[in-house]
Amino acid sequence: MMGVLVILPLLIPLFAAIFCLLSWKNINGQRMIVLAGSFLLLVGSAFLLREVWLHGIQVMQIGNWPAPFGITLVADLLSAGLLLTTSLLGIFVFIFSIPNINLERKEYGFYPILMFLLFGISGALLAGDIFNLYVWFEVMLMSSFVLLSLGGTKNQLEGSVKYLVINFLASSIFLAGIGVIYGLTGSLNMAQISLLLPEIADKGLVTLAAIFFLVGFGIKAGLFPLFFWLPAAYHTPPSAITAIIGGLLTKVGVYVLVRFFTLIFFSEVPYLQPYLFVIAGLTMFVGVFGAIAQNDFRKILSFSIISQIGYMIMGLAIHTPLAIAAVVYFIIHNMLVKTNLFLISGVVYAAAGSFKLKKLGSIYAKFPFIAFLFIISAFSLTGVPPLSGFWAKFLLIKAAVASNYFIIVGVALVVSALSIIYITKIWNEVFWKKAPDGEGSEKIFYNQTSFLRLNRLLILPVVLLTIIIVAMGFYAEPFLDFSVQAAEQLFNRDNYIKVILRK
Amino acid sequence: MNTLIVRTAIKILTPLFLIFSVYLLFRGHNEPGGGFIGGLIAAMPLTFHAMIYGARETKKMFKINTMVLIALGLLISASSGLVSIFEGQPFMSSLWADFYLPIFGKPGTPIMFDIGVYILVVGIVLRITLNLSEE
Repeated sequence: MMGVLVILPLLIPLFAAIFCLLSWKNINGQRMIVLAGSFLLLVGSAFLLREVWLHGIQVMQIGNWPAPFGITLVADLLSAGLLLTTSLLGIFVFIFSIPNINLERKEYGFYPILMFLLFGISGALLAGDIFNLYVWFEVMLMSSFVLLSLGGTKNQLEGSVKYLVINFLASSIFLAGIGVIYGLTGSLNMAQISLLLPEIADKGLVTLAAIFFLVGFGIKAGLFPLFFWLPAAYHTPPSAITAIIGGLLTKVGVYVLVRFFTLIFFSEVPYLQPYLFVIAGLTMFVGVFGAIAQNDFRKILSFSIISQIGYMIMGLAIHTPLAIAAVVYFIIHNMLVKTNLFLISGVVYAAAGSFKLKKLGSIYAKFPFIAFLFIISAFSLTGVPPLSGFWAKFLLIKAAVASNYFIIVGVALVVSALSIIYITKIWNEVFWKKAPDGEGSEKIFYNQTSFLRLNRLLILPVVLLTIIIVAMGFYAEPFLDFSVQAAEQLFNRDNYIKVILRK
Repeated sequence: MNTLIVRTAIKILTPLFLIFSVYLLFRGHNEPGGGFIGGLIAAMPLTFHAMIYGARETKKMFKINTMVLIALGLLISASSGLVSIFEGQPFMSSLWADFYLPIFGKPGTPIMFDIGVYILVVGIVLRITLNLSEE
């Protein structure tokens, strides 16, 4: 029965989705199924992480075909850690979605698609084979496309068409990269490729493949020149959908870049490093300036995703174990914080009926508790000590200083300071200033207690996520320890290859 | 499309299509065929029916809930992979029973997977065509 834990994070959402389809007309039934499914997924990925932590990398060879020939599922610390974060966010977003998603969207299959999305993300995190990874990305792309366009409002369709077209382009570039790799090594198994690639004589083609993957996943992660689809699409659907897509999908792109550049293209890093630094710096700057310029709560947050992705790529470019550890911590921190901020924007929408900064206001005066929840996540995002964002940025900058990359340190610090501007902007416009007269539906709720009682399912996941974010900052040591171990495992390629190929 | 020739032809062709699709389904393990192509061919007569009589008539006549077909197909396929887990082998390992059924041959998990795919494909093709032609 070894390795069953590895397949559980795939089977649980798949079967939950199937049972949801079977009870297509019964929305309450679907809700119970998704509740059970996301809870089991959380338990399953927690056990998987425990197993990986205690006994090292876990492998399952699908169909009992040995490694380089069959499909391999691999769970190491990085993928198991991200899987646990994903399933945690899955259950929170599910709770949030009960009141947040309207009945029409639920009747058109919100719940099964949510499960298929988690299925795709789990698959992408566990795939040990590049073609299989491509398939999981398609599963993710399809389900996220349906989620983004579900409901079919004009804005949503406009955003999701951009999303779909640009992501298809990214997928085809990724597929071209797979083709080059397969042509060079004759293998699709990541461990086997990692073993064979250093022996390839034609280094130019290896670099070409690396650039194909960098561009393909760069688009999916929202890197500098090709990020424009992200803010165009992410602010259109209901908040629960924005939260799960904005919180998770771009980070899966970063995860794959980390995986590829530590396992497969490690020899290409010195050559690509200057480009990666330039991309990272520009991504940070463009993201932060874009965020400052926007006048919509969720558009600001969408641009801020881009700026945060820049930090992760900076860590990838430094490429020391400490820097990769910082990236691991940063990804987990960012998944939690960004999802939470999007959820809070949904709570504000429920309270005041708008996402437009112009129409919002007085949230602090009327609902100080929401403002309090926001400010914790916002401080964590900008990196105020001792919250989680501080440790993430501190580790990154420590790693950069240790390797003498002072320019990028300067850029990171300046961008970090600039990010205070957009947070202040949200704070001023949404929470602090007096609400404009006669706008929105905020007059329904005269006091905070009645609002909180009526919307407890919206508040509960935000509160729980905030507690986790605070814990990740104040009690950072186990998380940091985990990130360092995960990074060490990523750099210990021989062990990874040995476990998978049984050599 | 509703002409005498087409109507008569489809009446004769429907059983042929269905039999041929099942033949392809069972042939699929070692030779060209399989659940996917079988499912497509099985969906063809129903698609023709919808083209001739209209999607509403087809739904009334065949009383098919396409969503149940899709879910059922997925369930059968996914469960076929589970069998091997309970035998202590990795997900989707092929297992065969140690007895023969007349005509059918040796039942095993690969054919279970293919039957799931067959049902799933019929469900999806019908859902798409029926929904589109209802517009």
